[in-house]
Amino acid sequence: MSTLLARFHIPRGDFALDVDLTLPGRGVTALFGHSGSGKTTLLRAMAGLERAPGGYFALDGEVWQDESRDLFLPPHRRALGYVFQEASLFPHLSVRGNLEFGLRRTLPGARKFRTEAVAELLGIAPLLARRPDSLSGGERQRAAIARALLASPRLLLMDEPLAALDLKRRNEILPYLERLHDELSIPVIYVSHAPDEVARLADHLVLLDGGRAVASGPLSETLARLDLPPAFADDAGVVLETVVAAHEEDDLTRLQFPGGSIHVSRRPEGVGQRLRCRIHARDVSLSLDAESRSSILNRLAATVVDLADTDKPGHVLVRLDMGGSPLLARITRRSAQLLAIRPGQAVVAQIKSVALLA
Amino acid sequence: MSDSDLSAILLTLRLAGTVTVLLLLLAMPLAWWLARTRSRARGAVAAVVALPLVLPPSVLGFYLLVFLGPNGPGGRLTESLGLGTLPFTFPGLVVASVLYSLPFAVQPLQNAFEAIGERPLEVAATLRAGPWDTFFSVVLPLSRPGLFSAAVLGFAHTVGEFGVVLMMGGNIPDRTRVVSVLIYDHVDALEYTQAHWLSGGMLAFSFLVLFLLYGFKRNPVGRP
Repeated sequence: MSTLLARFHIPRGDFALDVDLTLPGRGVTALFGHSGSGKTTLLRAMAGLERAPGGYFALDGEVWQDESRDLFLPPHRRALGYVFQEASLFPHLSVRGNLEFGLRRTLPGARKFRTEAVAELLGIAPLLARRPDSLSGGERQRAAIARALLASPRLLLMDEPLAALDLKRRNEILPYLERLHDELSIPVIYVSHAPDEVARLADHLVLLDGGRAVASGPLSETLARLDLPPAFADDAGVVLETVVAAHEEDDLTRLQFPGGSIHVSRRPEGVGQRLRCRIHARDVSLSLDAESRSSILNRLAATVVDLADTDKPGHVLVRLDMGGSPLLARITRRSAQLLAIRPGQAVVAQIKSVALLA
Repeated sequence: MSDSDLSAILLTLRLAGTVTVLLLLLAMPLAWWLARTRSRARGAVAAVVALPLVLPPSVLGFYLLVFLGPNGPGGRLTESLGLGTLPFTFPGLVVASVLYSLPFAVQPLQNAFEAIGERPLEVAATLRAGPWDTFFSVVLPLSRPGLFSAAVLGFAHTVGEFGVVLMMGGNIPDRTRVVSVLIYDHVDALEYTQAHWLSGGMLAFSFLVLFLLYGFKRNPVGRP
């Protein structure tokens, strides 16, 4: 399997990026962290936009940077695509001129896409003759993504491509990003500080805090870890990969996942379609009684795996196992003591709400 | 208009045209370096480039005369290259004018280069454009207003100079006598009519140039 190796130590005053990562060479890897955690610096280092002694970066065995033998490919010699936070289209070129900027600098034999096909994929085909300043924010960002793709990258780096957009534009672009994920085989490194974006797009997750990678692994596994630093406590939760199992008469949809099923409000997706959903730890409560009259619909049998402290002294985080699928619950310490929650115990997890990521 | 007037006008235009071309070729790399460098020499170089803004033209002309004269190091160099000495020749005028007008070309270019910022250069680099490619396909097109200002100001300033031209070129009809010097001659000889014609022409030309410049500047690209 192809891999991506990144080792960087970049001191910046009182902050230092210090990472040594092995990442999958396919799918979407999210670099997640709060502002100042070093995620953009890491992305820029991968692109060669930042250079620091001792750096090492290789993709599929092709070494782009190895300072130990004085090897440093400048950005324009790396087969990468980079999408900045702001679209940064060239104002002196038409949309087509922008899209084909990198294409024209790629050897014909190495070109992976045609302008029209990529423009179609990103829904900007009718805009090719326009000037960038006549485009909406969302259209501009889609053009920037198309421009990066047309340079036939072997690695696509995206630095919070949605952060500069309002919610409406963001929702306009997300489906296109999912299409990229589904239809292209280019590995993507995606920087974000928005948990929902990460939960929706990523396959692999790297959590950055204070310039260090505090966790790196498959998305749902990493999210369900209890040993994450307090900075991530508010976002604690899991992502479930579900399949639409049935649409029921009373306007509910049943989603199946390994270890159980949950009900949500009726979904437009057809039976058999895959759907990712995110369950916040704060939306999960625990009960010891299997039979209980409650308005909460989603009550699932689970086993306690472990408990951990959270950043709030009154709360604990409980890791549960539902037939193979992990689940996190955040409950008060008092409740944990009253119910005598301990590893191995059988409980009923009551899920108050499910965020559907589509 | 007399033949000598016409000759002076043509000479002035030839000088300004030549100087403008050389000025841009010299000012572009210089302004790019000044806009981008973190070298400690930056301040000193910027000050030297800006010197003609504050020095009396006669001072610049005097040093050039000494430097490029038969006994100066520059003069010995040009003589050893078989070019003769430059003072009192058209090439000498060109050299002096380029130096004298340099800040007028460097400063608008430098401002334009600085205004571009880092981002477009990084974008170009991630799209496979090397540094030279980026300069010609991104930096220059984005600096068009600055390039235009530099060319117009360089041209107009060369047409309008007097002191340096007088010191370096002398006042040799058809070879180094430009319009500004000729006006001085006319006034000296109490030929006010000719002086009026030429001065009025210069006034109209200068106004037109500045009007064009500021007229363009009012509507920068991308703004209504």
